[in-house]
Amino acid sequence: MADFLIGLGLPGWLAWSIAALVSAVLLLNVIAGGALVFIWAERKIAARIQDRLGPTRTGGRFGWLQSLADGIKLLAKEDLMPEGADGLLFRLAPYVSFCASFCAFIALPFAFDVVGQRLNVGVFFVVAVLGLEVFGVILAGYASASKWSLFGAMREAAQVVSYEVPLGMCVVVPVMLAGTMDLVTIGEKQAGWMSNWYLFHDPFTFVIFWVYVTCAVASVNRAPFDLAEAESELVAGFHTEYSGLRWSFFFMAEYGSMFLVSALAAVLFLGGWNGPVPVAQLVGLSEGTGDSAAYFVRLLGLANLITKATLGVLLMMWIRWTLPRLRIDQVMTTCLKYCTPIAAVMFAGAMFWQLLLPGGLLPGWSRPAGEIREGWLEGPGGLPTPLPAAAASSESSGLATRSPR
Amino acid sequence: MSNLIDDDPRIIEFDVRTDEMLVNMGPQHPSTHGVLRLVLRTDGEIVSETEPHIGYLHRCAEKIGENVSPRQWIPYTDRLDYLAAMNMNLGWALTVEKLMRHEVGEKARHLRVLIAELNRVASHLVGMGAYGLDLGTFSPFLYAFREREKILDLFEEACGARLTYSYLTVGGATADLPPGWLQKCEAFLDQFEPIIKEYHALLTTNAIFVKRTAGIGVLSRDMAIDYGCSGPVLRGSGVDQDMRRDGESIYTGMYDGYAFEVAVQKDGRYPRDHTYPSVPKEAVLGDCWHRFFVRMLEVVQSMDLIRQAIDRYAACREPLGEPLKLAEKLPVGDAYLETEAPKGQMGFYIIGNGTSIPWRVRARSSSFSNLSVTHELCRGCLIADVPAIVGSLDIVMGEIDR
Repeated sequence: MADFLIGLGLPGWLAWSIAALVSAVLLLNVIAGGALVFIWAERKIAARIQDRLGPTRTGGRFGWLQSLADGIKLLAKEDLMPEGADGLLFRLAPYVSFCASFCAFIALPFAFDVVGQRLNVGVFFVVAVLGLEVFGVILAGYASASKWSLFGAMREAAQVVSYEVPLGMCVVVPVMLAGTMDLVTIGEKQAGWMSNWYLFHDPFTFVIFWVYVTCAVASVNRAPFDLAEAESELVAGFHTEYSGLRWSFFFMAEYGSMFLVSALAAVLFLGGWNGPVPVAQLVGLSEGTGDSAAYFVRLLGLANLITKATLGVLLMMWIRWTLPRLRIDQVMTTCLKYCTPIAAVMFAGAMFWQLLLPGGLLPGWSRPAGEIREGWLEGPGGLPTPLPAAAASSESSGLATRSPR
Repeated sequence: MSNLIDDDPRIIEFDVRTDEMLVNMGPQHPSTHGVLRLVLRTDGEIVSETEPHIGYLHRCAEKIGENVSPRQWIPYTDRLDYLAAMNMNLGWALTVEKLMRHEVGEKARHLRVLIAELNRVASHLVGMGAYGLDLGTFSPFLYAFREREKILDLFEEACGARLTYSYLTVGGATADLPPGWLQKCEAFLDQFEPIIKEYHALLTTNAIFVKRTAGIGVLSRDMAIDYGCSGPVLRGSGVDQDMRRDGESIYTGMYDGYAFEVAVQKDGRYPRDHTYPSVPKEAVLGDCWHRFFVRMLEVVQSMDLIRQAIDRYAACREPLGEPLKLAEKLPVGDAYLETEAPKGQMGFYIIGNGTSIPWRVRARSSSFSNLSVTHELCRGCLIADVPAIVGSLDIVMGEIDR
């Protein structure tokens, strides 16, 4: 898109700024729109699980406008700040949380080359930036001048920082298999049939996927790990004192993070935007060519990824409305005594598998991994080059040459 | 207070102790079951002292009872344990009947068993669902309320009210059951019985639930007796006492001919008249899990009793009989009677002086005694255990503050 704007005669800095702005606005809508849909879905799913109807009237049928109505209500509410609160930090906290959740979306590929900013350290970036969300929560808890908020913040700090460790170990396994931290390449390498997904790469990756699921649920503070806002113990935890729009920013950040970790799981383990059956490739379409057929294939991939990520979010909702909450020491035990050792052993196992059985048990079924390990640095798709891919204007990527089989 | 922490071996982290903080849990807190206020002295997540503050719901019920006739006080007993209003009505009615040496007819007796046990199921359903809520799972609460709604529908049909019934009264009940009621009640039991398995799956045997409750808040047998605990809290500690079997004859006579086994662990096992999940090995007798489990067993037990009562009630051919007159004169003398309400032993005391208005009325609530053990149980636990322990005592503030 920037290239296109430069072609129109705009100066480079303006063209890049506009391109970046367009990507940002698109991603912002992913979060805001996603939050609307997911909050509505959560209400309906919770209702159905609990033998209720949930919202039925707002918007005509199924209460599909309920979250928008709630949003308007939140906008109209008075913004309260407790006496004795640290005004600046209190106001800042929701935005820190939201920005962390939002920024991580920048490196998340939604389909082949449909990514805000393709980074050669995409995995690292996403995990690191997502970890920043905890700062918002700690600030909120600290600045609220409420003991319950402080408890919530302390728990969040302890929990999220601990779960970063096993989460990082889980994330590193697909990185090792693919030989790159670039999320687009990792997704690309799982193209083809479902058996190419890293989930089915070897027994160790299969196990580590479930460790990832546990850690991901814990790191985004969903039940049964929602200790930072445990309503039966801490009233509402870190956001006890928040109301109105600021509170809704926390809420959006939570749903954004849920979608993000689910999408990350999809890219790392579940084949990314590649469906279980490579329909497009079977009919001879390729996503890397740059013609209109390629756009269609990317759209298909987009639908694939969003479906997978949505399934992940729905799984989290299902868990939330079924299980009781763990206690803080049990949460830490789960992390340090179970998740971390299991992740470490599985990481070692996957490493040896990769070393000893690089082609898998059935060589004909698995694609040899690591084939473009040398190529990704200087290939034509030159990953470090900035490609604002929401426009998807690069006519081809270095990976177009990969063999489908 | 600091000595307490140093001496208590349950407090593991006293060597890394930091500044203590006083935290108010309640009276506006989601998990204090009404307007209970707990002042926690905390060191990080560890609670060193819990002090319950009560009185936010006091409404001079006993004093009112000394200004109205016993039948007029029935609606006030509804508001003591509002989740088991029928049992409150029954307790008061029996006490007055004891003072007046009045005996109700056979039909009224079976009707009272039927209604009281049905309300016990309803009360335990709330206790069970709310306990799930205390532990952070929302759905069982709504399942429990779904079933409770059906019981409330039955009560509404019988007496017109859904919460404060004033149905069982001195000398019987205000009205007979409407035609077709027994069939509806049986239909409810048939529908509810298989569902109990699901509650066991969602709560009793759920791994996280067991982790949160087993070995937490252990109330020893002696301590339970010393503090005057009663009901499921007492039986959860392994004390074999149930007023329906061990009470005074005017109350136990009501259950004459009914077969039921007291839900208590004897010789390391619970009564096996039905299939229950087995006790997890982490659970210690007297902990939150056992208190919860006793309640679950009592639901099944009460349903058995309801079925028996339905048969006996249906076999009675005589009319129900009228309750005593509103301004019936009370004899000179006093009477005290404890009945087995869902939350524990509910005692009423009455002194009559020859007029229709009692000279003294007193209510002894089980929740009050049960609540008094919180500071013992919560010492050295984590903040998250406080709702788990208080919830397992299943208190109702209306009964404590009266």
